[in-house]
Amino acid sequence: MRISAQSEDFDISLEIERLKENRTDLGAIVSFSGLVRDIHGDKIIKKMTLEHFPVMAEKELSKIGELAKKRWPLEGLTIIHRYGELSPGDNIVLVITTSHHRSAAFEAAQFIMDWLKTDAPFWKKEQTEQGEHWVGAKTDDDDQKNRWDK
Amino acid sequence: MNLIYFALIRENIGKSSEQITLPNNVTTTGQLINYLMTLGDNYQAAFSQSDLIRLAVNQEYVNLDHPISDGDEIAIFPPMTGG
Repeated sequence: MRISAQSEDFDISLEIERLKENRTDLGAIVSFSGLVRDIHGDKIIKKMTLEHFPVMAEKELSKIGELAKKRWPLEGLTIIHRYGELSPGDNIVLVITTSHHRSAAFEAAQFIMDWLKTDAPFWKKEQTEQGEHWVGAKTDDDDQKNRWDK
Repeated sequence: MNLIYFALIRENIGKSSEQITLPNNVTTTGQLINYLMTLGDNYQAAFSQSDLIRLAVNQEYVNLDHPISDGDEIAIFPPMTGG
């Protein structure tokens, strides 16, 4: 499992290559990238700043990864989350799951993203033409996470 | 005790961390929040909505009834919005 909280950008194809190495048993690789959008509701986003809790951020990402590995037969897993100042179009987060079959890879990637939204210690602040503000947590995100309870 | 603040709570309080000595009657995370709110308007503004407060003691998420002691590192922050 590769976990990273970092300010630098990531290279999706390089990260996929790392998981493939010389393996020929992987039937499925799913990757999810989250990007900075330039519009949020009726506001134009000029910049986004991501604050994080150093060390704990990576610990929490690892915990979420371990939970996913317990539920699905994953062969490989990468979770990268950026922090610092970002612009529209920039990468924020990358999740890659590999498995023998697609359903495990798809479901695990979605599970990781749903958990990460509410449980990883990162906070977004948006800079708009009207000024800057911290993004509020959405109850929607709690619902998305809770659907995995059972 | 070492306190760390993040995001809007950090901005409202006006500092990212501080050292405090716990009064004897403060033994839980909830009591700590109530105590901090007596320290000034900036703390009151930071903690005015209790449903928007999250805590970690020694980097583990806890609720407002969690026991605390002087050697702990306590982080206080709003609900997370990463991803």
